[in-house]
Amino acid sequence: MNGEHEQIAERPDHDGLTGAAAALSPPSVVPPTRQPAADPPRPGAEPDVALALSEVSKEYPGGILALRAVSVEVRIGEQVAVVGPSGSGKTTLLTVLGTLERPTSGSVVVAGRDVVGLTDGELAGLRAHEIGFVFQGFHLQESMTALDNVANGMLYTGSPARERRRAARAALERVGLAHRVTHRPTELSGGERQRVAIARAIAKRPLIILADEPTGNLDSTSGREVIALLHELAAEGATLTLITHDAAISERFPRHIQMRDGEVVGDERA
Amino acid sequence: MSAASLRARIPVRRRRRASVNDARMPPRELFSVAAQGLRTRRLRAALSALGIAIGIGVMVAVVGVSASSQANLIALIDSLGTNLLTVTPGQTFLGANEVLPDTAVGTIRHMPAVLRASAVYQVSSATVLRTPHVPSGQTGGIAVDAADPGLLATLGGQLASGQFLSSASEGFPTVVLGAQAASTLQISSAQGHIQLFLGGTWFNVIGIMKPVVLDPNLDNTALIGLPVAERMFQTAPHPSEIYVRANVNQVKQVSNLLAPTADPQNPDGVQVSRPSDALEARAAAKGQFTTLLLGLGAVALLVGAIGIANIMVISVLERRTEIGLRRALGAKRSHISTQFLAESALLAAFGGVAGLALGAAATWAYALAQREPTVVPAYALIAAPAAGLVIGALAGVYPASKASRLSPTEALRAT
Repeated sequence: MNGEHEQIAERPDHDGLTGAAAALSPPSVVPPTRQPAADPPRPGAEPDVALALSEVSKEYPGGILALRAVSVEVRIGEQVAVVGPSGSGKTTLLTVLGTLERPTSGSVVVAGRDVVGLTDGELAGLRAHEIGFVFQGFHLQESMTALDNVANGMLYTGSPARERRRAARAALERVGLAHRVTHRPTELSGGERQRVAIARAIAKRPLIILADEPTGNLDSTSGREVIALLHELAAEGATLTLITHDAAISERFPRHIQMRDGEVVGDERA
Repeated sequence: MSAASLRARIPVRRRRRASVNDARMPPRELFSVAAQGLRTRRLRAALSALGIAIGIGVMVAVVGVSASSQANLIALIDSLGTNLLTVTPGQTFLGANEVLPDTAVGTIRHMPAVLRASAVYQVSSATVLRTPHVPSGQTGGIAVDAADPGLLATLGGQLASGQFLSSASEGFPTVVLGAQAASTLQISSAQGHIQLFLGGTWFNVIGIMKPVVLDPNLDNTALIGLPVAERMFQTAPHPSEIYVRANVNQVKQVSNLLAPTADPQNPDGVQVSRPSDALEARAAAKGQFTTLLLGLGAVALLVGAIGIANIMVISVLERRTEIGLRRALGAKRSHISTQFLAESALLAAFGGVAGLALGAAATWAYALAQREPTVVPAYALIAAPAAGLVIGALAGVYPASKASRLSPTEALRAT
């Protein structure tokens, strides 16, 4: 543990969340937004629910039904692996959870807010502050250093540049890349690039981390390291939802959601 | 129990939407985001800015070249002076030519604010030929005038070669040629013993004048002395034109008094004019933009704007992943559209600056060739980049709106 995290641990527990979630409260420049309890209690949206889908269907043009009446609830601090063959609707599930797409029907609650009625700007705000994405293809900008890539991950939070760089440096230290801060993505190995992308996702201290096949482009050793890092970071308080079709990876998750043909066909807790 | 405390105990039932922190980007980041987008595609950015650069360059050059020629004319007028006035006989209302009295030059010279006055007299019976073998009708339009020796100084004229008429030479058959007349007669220098067949006699060419800017009529004239003209061609000493240099501060007063002074009997038969007025009018005319060329520049600008729009549309399609990533990171639609709008505007503003440099360089080269001062109007320094900015923003509207409407799931789908 470095100083950064000790500092967070000392932070008073403002928002009524317990333990790990409180440790993830945003940096001081970002006003505390995590107030799930502020919403009037609704059925299916308990205060400690990070993500909740209820009877969610998603139909794409052409009549392709990617999700069929999916209901899933993920509590704050939970670590969930979503598994299933390709075309089973995993990625669509993630785009709906990540508020990148609206469902055709059903209700979606993310970080305590029913997102179906939110405007584009409010959804963007939710993504900017509460959700960190990790992609299979890393999606780092090659013309920028690792530090700038990570700092750019907070571009839309409204924090000033200096604050973003400070948080980016801390996040890169946290993922073990303190010595790679000024390197460009082309000078980094695949595992290092994904760790930069993870740093970008966690620098803003999101409530939810959504990872789509984060090891898909990595060799098995780097893949294991990346998964271990994600487990570690999530254990510090984030909610982790990870898509994979690799059984070796999903085995290490306490909860598995199995999907097939757009439906949840299994939901086991270890 | 007060109403307020009662209300405090009753839970509020109204449905309250949880506050969501809106996605925000510090406005000052816009420039660096846009510049970053352009930096990663330098060659493409440079090529698409070229269209705008050419359009704005043409316009700056058109404005610059006309401003330079105008400045040149104004400088010329200043060097020649605006204090030259001419006195010519007018016409009676029946159309006949008036005649200036032979005393006119003398009385004008005695006016208090007059510095110099010189006259020319029409020698109507004489023609000038290179040799007697040239048929007498082929004069090349060269007029023969008698002049007094002070004429050159009064006009502020200069000699290209030789010397002007003097009190010593004006009684002899000597001639000074205007620039145009000399070139018509194919005489380039007054050096050596060059003779012309003038009014049936050989005259020695003693000087050639440079072009007289204030009175181009003199350029196609052969000037001889008045005594020799009176003696050989019976020229009447009635001035056909009197040139007057007045005190710079009293030009107006002198101008008003010239007619009654020249011919107290018949002041209405005297015309007074100021040659610099005509030059100033010409300068003003040069200052008018050459509409056709400006139109050409506008077409180039339009083509440049379409080129930028085109490139930006392609760029949007190529950068779907980046757009998806930005949306995933919390960018609103408006953040995306603003980013592409800013890129487009910045690109064209660079084009505007480059166009300003191009246009200024073209103006400089033209002015150098024409021996004119280089003048690029100050407003162009602001207008050129500003025009680029506006054009780029307009060209970016469609690509920017296209970018903002792309599905944000791109980044997740792409691997």
